[in-house]
Amino acid sequence: MIVYLLCFLLLLVGLYGVLTKRDLIKIILSIGILGYAVNLLLILFAYRKDSVYPILAKGKEVAQMVDPLPQALVLTSIVIELGTTAMLVALAIKLFEKYQTFDISQIRRLKG
Amino acid sequence: MILPYYIIIPLLAAFLISLIAGKKDNWAVILSVIATTALLVLSLFSFISMKDETVTYSMSAWSLPYGIVLVQDALTSFILVMVSIISFTSLIFSIQYIRHLSMDWKYYSLFMLLVTGMNGVIITGDFFNLYVFMEIALFSAFALVAYGSRAEEFEAAFKYAVMGSVSSFLILAGIAVTYSATSTLTMAKVAEVLPTNDQKVIFWIGALFMAGFGLKAAAMPFHAWLPDAHSSAPAPISSMLSGVLIKALGIYVLIRIFYNVFNAPEIFTKIFLVLGTISIIIGVFLAIGQWDMKRLLAYHSISQIGYILLGMGIATPLGILGAVFHLFNHAIFKSLLFYNAGSVEMALGTRDLRKMGNLMKILPTTSQTSLIASLSISGIPPFNGFFSKLIIIIAALQAGLPWYAVFAIIGSLLTLASFMKVQRYGFKGETTVESVENKVGWRMNTAMIILAVLCIATSLMVVPGIQEVTLDPVVKVIADKTEYIQLVLGGMNGN
Repeated sequence: MIVYLLCFLLLLVGLYGVLTKRDLIKIILSIGILGYAVNLLLILFAYRKDSVYPILAKGKEVAQMVDPLPQALVLTSIVIELGTTAMLVALAIKLFEKYQTFDISQIRRLKG
Repeated sequence: MILPYYIIIPLLAAFLISLIAGKKDNWAVILSVIATTALLVLSLFSFISMKDETVTYSMSAWSLPYGIVLVQDALTSFILVMVSIISFTSLIFSIQYIRHLSMDWKYYSLFMLLVTGMNGVIITGDFFNLYVFMEIALFSAFALVAYGSRAEEFEAAFKYAVMGSVSSFLILAGIAVTYSATSTLTMAKVAEVLPTNDQKVIFWIGALFMAGFGLKAAAMPFHAWLPDAHSSAPAPISSMLSGVLIKALGIYVLIRIFYNVFNAPEIFTKIFLVLGTISIIIGVFLAIGQWDMKRLLAYHSISQIGYILLGMGIATPLGILGAVFHLFNHAIFKSLLFYNAGSVEMALGTRDLRKMGNLMKILPTTSQTSLIASLSISGIPPFNGFFSKLIIIIAALQAGLPWYAVFAIIGSLLTLASFMKVQRYGFKGETTVESVENKVGWRMNTAMIILAVLCIATSLMVVPGIQEVTLDPVVKVIADKTEYIQLVLGGMNGN
């Protein structure tokens, strides 16, 4: 139970960062933390107590293995997260070129 | 089997464009026009021929407990037709509009990826597959919003990318909880297993999905990114985002999950009602004060999404009929309005309504089609918007929700007022504009005329004989709720 709570706390840390930080890079890092929390959640759901890695070999029983599907999902989701981060960093670089700052309180030509 | 081709055709086109299109964009244009035309023909053909059948396809022939399944039923075909029509006309419109910005094949490649993502989300029957396709659509949407390379566009794209990523993580968390509760990711299987579970699980999953897909659909408390992103993008992309993306990734998935998987629990349909009504009223109030034409249209998207949510929340067959009909109509007239804004921007170099005027003489096609679209969105008979709003209002009255009907009528009147403003200041204003910077070519005019004709033609869908073959099968899929399970799983066992 305590691991789930800690995982949820990590998610909240990420969300807090996205909502309150004013620096573009810190926002991007917070999104990374949010992503890690969700990936960790998937891995926690796959965990079984006292069980082994899910590779079928001689003398291994399926019943003793952790669930392999969420692990596969996490791999996919990490790749997607890499894409998201690259996209955000590229946009941040372009924003810096245009505004000469990473501070979002000075990047606000759009309003209304 | 034609199901995988909805994904293969645009994906193949996207990669071929990046491989063979060189400095000039001619090949890119030809390839993407071929791809969208093929999709349009395919989706229309399957919509007409399938009626209320459900077709399933197992990817790589892995059967159900292990593989990913693609599902096409009446709702899927209906949304696919909508996406194909808008992407086809957007592409026709883009050819001149994008050349005016730059000669670039990258635009067409990203455009086809956007279509791939949306088609994938619509046709898949698997939660995680849905997430992957959603990310494909979102990535290309972020890049396309920033396509014009001005400071405002990067700002809007960054805001959109942050909001998009947060909502995607919420959705992924929802998928994780779903998997842990049901040990499966296939939507039909989840629907089969869930009711025997604890009610708490449904609340958890529902809350996560509601927040995640609500952000994608830009319902009211989650709307902040939409006006920036949709008004900064190039005009054909604005029409893709406002016309179909928020519906394919937002509304369609909400319908699929909350109706076909969760069997429409009452607490969530109530949330639909409330969110819908708030969106209608606040969206239209924010829209009415805008002077930037595209920003005004973007705020109206929030308000019109509210009507669709309201119809879904009423949850009677008539309400669902109104919602589905309004979904289609909104795609048509909002895309048309964004084309109009785009051609005005190209011709005059401004989007400010106060600097326009006298457009009837210099841009006749644009002004006439914009008049049709404005009447349509404001709900004036005989245009399509009138019928769908009327159906939603009648459904609200029949379901014993008179206050919601009143709010819907107020929203409709305010919409009329704000489009009177567009017509009065924008197209018939006193400011006389004598010359145009760029001429609006025949391709852009064709795209506008096609949609203007559809604005009138789609109102025929309420005529009894036609309604039975177009809208009724779609309503049946949604209203039957968990009939979806039998259709998908039964179809699999038959194979």
